[in-house]
Amino acid sequence: MRTLLLALAASTALIGTAGAATVYPLDRATILAGSPFDFKVEFDGSVKAEDVKIAINGADYKAALGGEVEFIASEKGKDDVDLGSAVLLRGAKIDKAGAYTLEVSAGDQKKSVTWDVYATPETPKAKNVIFLLGDGLSVAHRTAARLMSKGMTEGKANGRLAMDDLDHMAFIGTSSTHSIATDSANTMSAYMTGHKSRVNALGVYADRTPATMDDPKVETIAEALRRTTKKSIGVVTTSEIEDATPAAVVSHTRKRDEKAAIVGMFYDVKPEVVLGGGSAYFLAKDVPGSKRKDDKDYIKLFQEAGYTLATDKDELQKAAGSDKILGLFHTGNMDTQLDRAFLKKGTVGKFPNQPGLVEMTQVALDQLSKNEDGFFLMVEAASIDKMSHPMDWERAIVDTIEFDKAIAVARKFQESHPDTLIVVTGDHTHGVSVIGTIDDDKPGTEMREKVGTYDDAGFPNYEDKDADGYPDNVDVSRRLAIFANNYPDHYETFRPKLDNPFQPAVKSESGAYVANEAYKDVPGAVFVQGNLPKSADTAVHAVDDVVLQAAGPGAEGFKGYMEQSDVYKVLADTLAIGAKQ
Amino acid sequence: MWPDGSQPARLPLFSDPVGFAMANALSRRAFLAGVATLPLMRPADAGDSLTFEQLYDKITVLGLSFSDKVKALAGKTVSIRGFMAPPLKAEAKFFVLTEIPMSICPFCDSDSDWPSNIVVVYIDDKTTFLPPSKLIEVTGTLEVGSWTDPETGFVSQLRLVHSSFETV
Ligand SMILES: [Zn+2]
Repeated sequence: MRTLLLALAASTALIGTAGAATVYPLDRATILAGSPFDFKVEFDGSVKAEDVKIAINGADYKAALGGEVEFIASEKGKDDVDLGSAVLLRGAKIDKAGAYTLEVSAGDQKKSVTWDVYATPETPKAKNVIFLLGDGLSVAHRTAARLMSKGMTEGKANGRLAMDDLDHMAFIGTSSTHSIATDSANTMSAYMTGHKSRVNALGVYADRTPATMDDPKVETIAEALRRTTKKSIGVVTTSEIEDATPAAVVSHTRKRDEKAAIVGMFYDVKPEVVLGGGSAYFLAKDVPGSKRKDDKDYIKLFQEAGYTLATDKDELQKAAGSDKILGLFHTGNMDTQLDRAFLKKGTVGKFPNQPGLVEMTQVALDQLSKNEDGFFLMVEAASIDKMSHPMDWERAIVDTIEFDKAIAVARKFQESHPDTLIVVTGDHTHGVSVIGTIDDDKPGTEMREKVGTYDDAGFPNYEDKDADGYPDNVDVSRRLAIFANNYPDHYETFRPKLDNPFQPAVKSESGAYVANEAYKDVPGAVFVQGNLPKSADTAVHAVDDVVLQAAGPGAEGFKGYMEQSDVYKVLADTLAIGAKQ
Repeated sequence: MWPDGSQPARLPLFSDPVGFAMANALSRRAFLAGVATLPLMRPADAGDSLTFEQLYDKITVLGLSFSDKVKALAGKTVSIRGFMAPPLKAEAKFFVLTEIPMSICPFCDSDSDWPSNIVVVYIDDKTTFLPPSKLIEVTGTLEVGSWTDPETGFVSQLRLVHSSFETV
């Protein structure tokens, strides 16, 4: 008996490694009842159509999934290499909540996965959701923003950030389906679909075929809202509107850099308010400045669909009353608040009249709140991440302060509209910490000796005489010492980059990233040898948990540790997306 | 503008042993002599020069418009100074010239994208590449208007064709 059991165990193990089929959605997927999703099984090698058996909870799958799979004899990889057989059912749907165990077999290949299909209450807890996302927002960004914006006396903050008063919170695990590490595509996609995915993927599971538009889709929150509610939808960002985070509200693609296609996906969903940068992907290819490879003029298409176009701050104010607003304020990513409002560097010379995140949030709320059925608004502070990559901490922190001011606008709205859930979170973190101060008045010329730690750090001497919440000057004599724990080769200057955003490393002809010599002669600069592979151009995302905070009806759903995909369930519950309204 | 005036102290060797490769590690004089022996690298007849600032007279969200100077120079030999962006391949027939050095590589990094005012430079023979922090002067025939590279699908608005370049 003992011998027999061992033999059985060995053969099971063999099947597990050599002949494993992959099922999408993956094991332990959480699926909103009634939401369409693509069901796919990838077999290892060729199988015969008649050998494929699929059962759900012991019964035929067709009734449970509402359709029949198509058999693909051979999927093709790069250079036409055979990847194996597959079955595919697009737009499957399960209406009833419960645990669904799916068993697939073909020959000696077997796979079993279990999905958790969840329903939502019939009645919504809140009418509106404002989802504010600081891209890359880590604990250090919050701490630094509070110190820089409010100051500190005898160890107590002199004021509170708007995000400090959100009363519910959770730790969010951001890992992706194929790696503990993560990017803005799969993380935001998990928030906006309830399904985790792979780095670079939006609104799809990452299948094995190279095509970027054929991967198994899952429903986005925008599509779910269109399917079951009459709510308005708004997407606001300081990056290109096609960038991963805003794109995740509406998009399905394996590759986040399919930006021209993503514009089309925005057009398909037609959120009532679309504000950000990235106009280059809206212009037909013969227009100088266009980044499209076709002749589609999406500016015209959106206008014909009833959108009022705004291309700068003044036009945004004028557009504020209209039904639908397309605001594009830059051909690429918008500049940071430090550049826009204070230094006038970056590309502010070319686009001098860009609105800020606060104004964009206000206009979006004014417009969306006209809908008596409510709205979903996503607001992204994109440059917290875009400036944390090159370790340009002053730009990242000033944008965190701007983000907090957008949160304050949302909180003000919530005072008069208490049926609003506010969620404030990051999509992933960065490896960054505040460790003390850098004090120019400490003796000596060596800058590292001016780094104050423990008792020697004291307090920074930023001033905010005009009480706008932003430091009057970021280059003060005793400033925050903020360092990354991962980096390419670079020169540490111990100073804010007042000319233009920091570019720590440049590519050498060998392909390796080397320290940017432009900073070598900054007084006090020291060479820092990288601890990342030489292919890394900047600092990378951390795997550390994100802190999510929330306030308003439904916020009690956020607690303890949650997977990023679980956040969607709280949003769905709060708005009762599972019920037709 | 980037404070690019300083010359790198440690110049890594190029992979191409006869091109700009070795030259870079040698003295400036040796470098120039090396260029002189390579006819391919010699600038074409000095034509008019253009700066990145002169390319467009309007840069707006709804598109850029070519300056009168660019329109007048279409089809003529023109020199432009800029920076060579990290290339699509180690060896390619074109590269992207940018106004400021690109530390990131939009060809390889899905997180980054090109600035809108790039110039695409076609060279007649494949070449190895210079570090993106080095200011170069490219001379070639100016082509104006949208064009899609048949091999790569890369769309450009301004090109210098049959070009040669040298470091400044
Ligand atoms: Zn990032």
